[in-house]
This record gives sequence, C-alpha cells and structure tokens, in this order.
Amino acid sequence: MEYEYWLAKVRGVSARKKCLLREYMKSARDVYYIEETHLKSLTFLNEKERGALAQAKQRPAPAEEYKKMLERGIRFVPWCSAEYPKSLKEIPDFPYALYVKGSLPDERRKKAALVGSRRCTPYGEKYAIDFARSLASHGVEIISGMARGIDGMGHRGALMGGGRTYAVLGCGTDVCYPKEHIGLYVDILEQGGGIISEYPPGTAPLPQHFPARNRIISGLSDAVLVLEAGRRSGSLITADMALEQGRDVYALPGPVNSSLSDGCNRLIRQGAGMLLTPEVLLEEWGMSDSVKMIGSKKADKNKKMLESPEKLVYSCLGLYPKSVAQVAAEAKINIKSAMELLVALELEGYIREISKNQYIIA
Amino acid sequence: MLNEKSPLIKKRPFREVHHTATRAALIGGGAFPRPGEISLAHGGVLFLDELPEFKKSVLEVLRQPLEEKAIQLSRTCGNYRFPADVILVAAMNPCPCGCYPDMQKCTCTPVQIQMYLNRISRPFLDRIDLCVEAVPVSYEDLTSERKSENSAQIRKRICRVRKVQKERYRESCITVNAMLDEKGLKRYCTLENDARRLMEQAFSVMGLTARGYHRILKTARTIADLAEEEQIRENHLKEALGYRMVDKKYWTR
Repeated sequence: MEYEYWLAKVRGVSARKKCLLREYMKSARDVYYIEETHLKSLTFLNEKERGALAQAKQRPAPAEEYKKMLERGIRFVPWCSAEYPKSLKEIPDFPYALYVKGSLPDERRKKAALVGSRRCTPYGEKYAIDFARSLASHGVEIISGMARGIDGMGHRGALMGGGRTYAVLGCGTDVCYPKEHIGLYVDILEQGGGIISEYPPGTAPLPQHFPARNRIISGLSDAVLVLEAGRRSGSLITADMALEQGRDVYALPGPVNSSLSDGCNRLIRQGAGMLLTPEVLLEEWGMSDSVKMIGSKKADKNKKMLESPEKLVYSCLGLYPKSVAQVAAEAKINIKSAMELLVALELEGYIREISKNQYIIA
Repeated sequence: MLNEKSPLIKKRPFREVHHTATRAALIGGGAFPRPGEISLAHGGVLFLDELPEFKKSVLEVLRQPLEEKAIQLSRTCGNYRFPADVILVAAMNPCPCGCYPDMQKCTCTPVQIQMYLNRISRPFLDRIDLCVEAVPVSYEDLTSERKSENSAQIRKRICRVRKVQKERYRESCITVNAMLDEKGLKRYCTLENDARRLMEQAFSVMGLTARGYHRILKTARTIADLAEEEQIRENHLKEALGYRMVDKKYWTR
C-alpha cells in the first residue's frame, strides 16, 4: 500500500494516466521499480510526465510516513481499492486516491450535496439547516465542503437531523479550514460521518484546491442542492460539474432583488429543479412514505396564536433583516409601539435580533 | 477649558476623545497624577466615537469610574481622587465595513464581525443603558423640509422629567433616576403583575445580570416619567428592554 501512497503523491501525472500506468504494470510496486528504458517505451506518457515519475522514483517509498498517517486515523483509499466510492469512479476527472478521516459515504444510501455561498443571508442559513435536517432524518447523507456559510449550516443541519454528513476539504484531512469550524469537524466525525480530501495530510488550503474539490462533492452525491449563490459564486462551479457528471441539480429560489440568490434563480431558469421543500427530493427518490411526519410538525408550529397587533408586526418580518423603523413604517404604527411589540415577540422566541434593532423571524 | 474671563466652568463640558487615546489620557495619570478626559468631562458628556477602535485595555479602565462616578489613582507620591460623573456616549458600526446585516453589501466574514464586536467586553456593554441603531439616511430625508421634533423641544421634555424626578426624590440626596440605589429601586420602581411577569421572562431569556436588571428598571422608570405615569407599566418595560445591547446573543444559535 505504501507504493500506492507513493504513486498517489507523484505530482504532474493525472489520475487517469496513473490508473493506466498501474493497470499496465499490474501494481504500484512495479511502477516504483520500473526501469528507465521501460519507462521510455511507454507511449501514453509524455516527456514531462516521465520526468516527474523518474524524479519521484529518486525518493524512497514513504513507508514510514504512510504508517504514521494510519496511526493518526487517516485512511488511504486509492482508486483500485474496493472501498473507493463507485459514484466517484464515474466522473471524468476522478482523484487517484482519497484520504479519509472517519468513514466514506454509504453506497446504499442516497446522498445530497448542499452547497452555497460562504457569505449568506439568514434566509439561506435557515433553509440550509432545515433541508439538511429533514433530509438527514430520512436517511439521506449530506455532503458539503465545510466552508463558512451555507456549507457549514448544511453539515450542522444534518447533524441536528441525526444523520451522517461528509465534508470534502480543499486541504489535508488533518487541517481544519476554516479553523472556527473545529467544533463542526469534531461533531461530524463523532456522529459517524467523515472528512474526505484528495490532498495528502498536511496540505495547506490553497485557493486552487477549492474549485477542484467541488467535483468530488458533486461526484460523491446523487443530487446537488444550491441554497444561495451569487452570480459568480463558486457553488455555480459545483452545479456545472454536477451537470457534466450527470447529477441532478436543484436550486433554492430567492427574491429577484437579492444578489445572493441571483445564481440560484438563474440555475432554475436554465432548467435546474426548483427546491421548494425537502419532500421534492424525497419523492423523486421514492422515499416519500415518511414525508407525512414533516408535515405534521409544521402544523404544530403554526398553532400558537398571536394577538393581532403582534401578528401585524410579525407579518412584516421575514428572513431578510428589517430595522425597527422599517417595521414601524410598514405596519403603520409608531416606532415606540413597534419596539414594544418586537421585544415581546423576541422574548417569546418568535423573532431574533441579529444586530441592534435589526430583526428576522426565528 | 478655563481662561481669565471665565475662571469657572459654567457650561456642562462635552469631551470627544479620539480612539488612539491612552489609558492615562482617559482616566488621568502621570507620576504626579493629572485628571484625564473622564474627569474633564465631569458633569457633562464623554463621547467615544468608533468605540471598537479603542484599545480594549483602554476601555476596560472606564468600567470602575463609570460605577463609582470618581476615579482613584494611587501613586508613590500619594493617592488622588478625581471626580468622574459623566454621561458616556459612544458610537460604533455594526461590523468593520458598516453594512451588516445587509448581506448584499456587507463584505465581512462572520469571524471578522465577531472579532469586531468582541473588542467591547460584556461588562462594558452591561453598563450601557440605551442603545439604538442609527438608520442610514436617504437623500430624501436629507433634503426634505419635513420638520420633526428639534433638540430644543426634546430639551423641554427632559427638563420637565428631571423636575418630576427632583420632586420625587426631594427627601433623599439624589436628583435623577440614574442615581437610585437598591433601596430606592425597591421603593420607586415597583412592577405590577404583568410587568413583573415580563421581567421574569426577560431575566431568564436574556440572561440578565443583577446590574442589567437594575439598569433596566431605572430606564423603565424614566420612560414612565416621560409618559407621565406614576407606575411602570408593561409597555415601558418592553421599551427599556428594547434599548439593551449586551444581552442579545447575536452569534449563538
């Protein structure tokens, strides 16, 4: 296996070529011990790639390093391994090997990728959590990139729903990026999920890694859900890749004037599925038997009756923050009584103040 | 502040301090201590613009004088006690770029915003009674002829309320609600049933401190005075709660 590890770490040769080479030579060990003349006779490699291999052969096979990695709980899953996710093998530019902390996605379960902008609004946040939670509670595994914003919320929601969730990183699996997600990182592993990367342990989160890891996110999943994405968001790259890979793409519609939903709305216009409820997806996958459960929960929430002036103020609020002055103007009441009603609603837990005097519904 | 023509300070001072101020500049200092800005603003207003830009250690030294209304400086050459009874006024942005929570415009990451807000400690915020958002002003508002209540009118209202308070506290040595002590609070800031229930709820939901509780009562008392009511009602308390800053957990979910 250390020879596989060595081959995986060779730079400058694509995963596809590495596979060819390995097939041809029967094992990675033989690739390592290949003779110079033999290497030259391989026509499918160009000069550069031969150089890269020759250079890598100068270094000893990293048996020690490999052992250490295993001791730290990071597994090495090369393309030839039985564990390597089948869905990932289908994609054109699959990674030669994966480094995994925790587990890999369950082949028998449906998997949904939740992606979106790092800079997200409370609207995107809420639905990322809601959708992930309800999908996870139906046994769907949630895959995302553990980035700030939507990604992190997706993982959180999946954990709330008691499901397994997998984070595909743009750095080594032993590097927690962004570092404020260390709690999430631990929770994902604790709940039986996994941290996955195509980069060897210790790799820094370089900008060029992130677009590349998006193909793994979409490659591992059956459907990609875009929750909130601006016009030039990286999540749209994931959506594009998902389409190339033949995955379903769903987008959460947003207000037309919200630049952070622009990408999503465009996706829908281009023919992506409209993500109205998690049930849309469950029905698509024939998992709608248990859907009723979600419906009944919602009814409970609406049962609590509010008094009419409070109802009036509550109806002015949404998931995009509004200031006291705005609420007062919309409800046609004075600022003083708007504030009193907002405080009352907040104490009851109906709404949240996310910045001074800026309210959203909870 | 003083010259030959006016050897006495007759006008209440207004001191604006730049955020590069040092600790000594703010509370006084030196080998032979001289009063700092907080003492120069005694009886008036101390204004701190761009509050989070102040060094944290500089802000923290204000905590004690804000409570004591005086500052005690101990040096080898002796102990000095300067008066420091000020109204603290401060201004800040909601985030480094100033646009949060409008995510269409805000370019800050959650961590940046949290770091920015964390520069002001909880105990410091706990001492602030009134906090409101200043809504961005539109061009129409800037140029409109519409007249709202001007400062002179507001001053009249305030003077009236201060008179009411002076009258109420004529038997004790205080003049305004802010100076109420625990005993006074029990006597003058009683809550009726509805309001008491609300306060209980707020205390647990917002996680109030004892100081916060007392400060809310005083604010509610003043709001009731402005409304010319003898008793603090539920809506006065709600308004007072709406002015609090520290107890709102912006970032926890």
